[in-house]
Amino acid sequence: MLKYTDDHEWLRAEGDEIVVGITKHASEQLGDVVFIELPEEGTDVIAGDEIVVIESVKAASDITAPVGGTITAVNTALADAPGDVNADPMAAWFFRIKPADPAAIEGFMDEAAYKALVD
Amino acid sequence: MADTTRRTGLHDLHVELGARMVPFAGWDMPVQFPMGVMAEHLHTRENAGLFDVSHMGQVFVRPLDGNIQTAALALETLIPANVLDLAPGRQRYGLFTNEQGGILDDLMFANRGDHFLLVVNAACADQDIAHLRTLDGVAIEPVTDRGLVALQGPRSAGVLERLIPATVEMRFMDSLSFDWQGHDLWISRSGYTGEDGFEISVPDAALEDFARALLDQPEVAPIGLGARDSLRLEAGMPLYGHDMDPDVTPAQAALGWSIPKARRNGGARAGGFPGADAVLAELDAGAATTRRGLRPEGRAPIREGVTLFADQTGDAPLGTVRSGGFGPSVGGPVAMAIIDASLPEGATIWAELRGKRVPVTITALPFVTPSYKR
Repeated sequence: MLKYTDDHEWLRAEGDEIVVGITKHASEQLGDVVFIELPEEGTDVIAGDEIVVIESVKAASDITAPVGGTITAVNTALADAPGDVNADPMAAWFFRIKPADPAAIEGFMDEAAYKALVD
Repeated sequence: MADTTRRTGLHDLHVELGARMVPFAGWDMPVQFPMGVMAEHLHTRENAGLFDVSHMGQVFVRPLDGNIQTAALALETLIPANVLDLAPGRQRYGLFTNEQGGILDDLMFANRGDHFLLVVNAACADQDIAHLRTLDGVAIEPVTDRGLVALQGPRSAGVLERLIPATVEMRFMDSLSFDWQGHDLWISRSGYTGEDGFEISVPDAALEDFARALLDQPEVAPIGLGARDSLRLEAGMPLYGHDMDPDVTPAQAALGWSIPKARRNGGARAGGFPGADAVLAELDAGAATTRRGLRPEGRAPIREGVTLFADQTGDAPLGTVRSGGFGPSVGGPVAMAIIDASLPEGATIWAELRGKRVPVTITALPFVTPSYKR
């Protein structure tokens, strides 16, 4: 299941976890990404916490936790290759989160709704 | 605000090329093209980039008595540079200072035989023109029927030679007229990227055709303001309103080199410009703070406004970052700040970034070696 947030994150349900990245639209708006700061594995977060910093050639922006829960993994490879976010944003995941509420993902937009938002 | 935003003669071309347009100094300007800032920057360093800088102010300064020296001496009352000895067909960099010795704007001025041509920053143009109009003995005429483009990069000379063969003879800071398809182009060998290149004033009637003729050359790509900023930052060039402003003196901006011996204490035409006493005393004594290059550790850029500290824990700030970002050719973040001039190159200071202190090395400017054709 693939869902989208208003903040242009994509959320992919895998087992009892959610994998989080940013959409192509977001990566195009940011421009070339040059630096990514990821959260620590094991961190407990609440929805809306700013947990990832993305620096592009233009500006710094934050990625927030879409849901509350525990960070179970982070994509450390992005630290050395931040440009992957521009090259293939749907593959360049930032972190995996185990949501406190297993049904949390269901409230987000589906692909059709997200497309309507950005088009 | 859309109704007051001005468009350059290349606006439609930018849109056609897929530019992302942004408001800049009252103008609607391309910040990037589909290639993206990083690739545009690297393309300029390796090939040739075409920049629209038509927003910049072009201004004639003509002597009312027909004697170019009258205009030169008038300009020297506002600009601490050697205008008088500038040969016809040559250009120099200079500053407008205020009574406190701060910088009102930076500019290029060219001797065009019987008059001077000034190129000033877009955001300061109205103020500069009013300032120039306080001068006696000269007519100040804003050039309103021309655009300005910059062709920058190691392949730019070969490209321009193909269109205008005589430009091959130009040296760095030459400023001359050339015919292109019946149009009078004013070309200087100069730029704002640290690369060899040209700045070309083109009549409005020929502007788009000339830009398209350049873009038709295989080496040339359109470049936006985003890459213009990272290129000039790597080249250690200050940006008005950021690295210098009315509260920053020439010595603090590390622009003392633009003030020659003739205008300094003991020189043939010492002083005689606004703030001269303060500016020249500071050049003699050395400024306590001056513009320095900074290389942060790691990949995170330190941008304008980030506070700098002498050590990892102290509370007393050294200053703030004035220009900062990622340097694509350097392959890491670069920045400039006006800080303690006595700190040695190689010294570590600290930048406070998102609540954490990041080590930063004081580095010689420029960050990349310029390749001008002297």
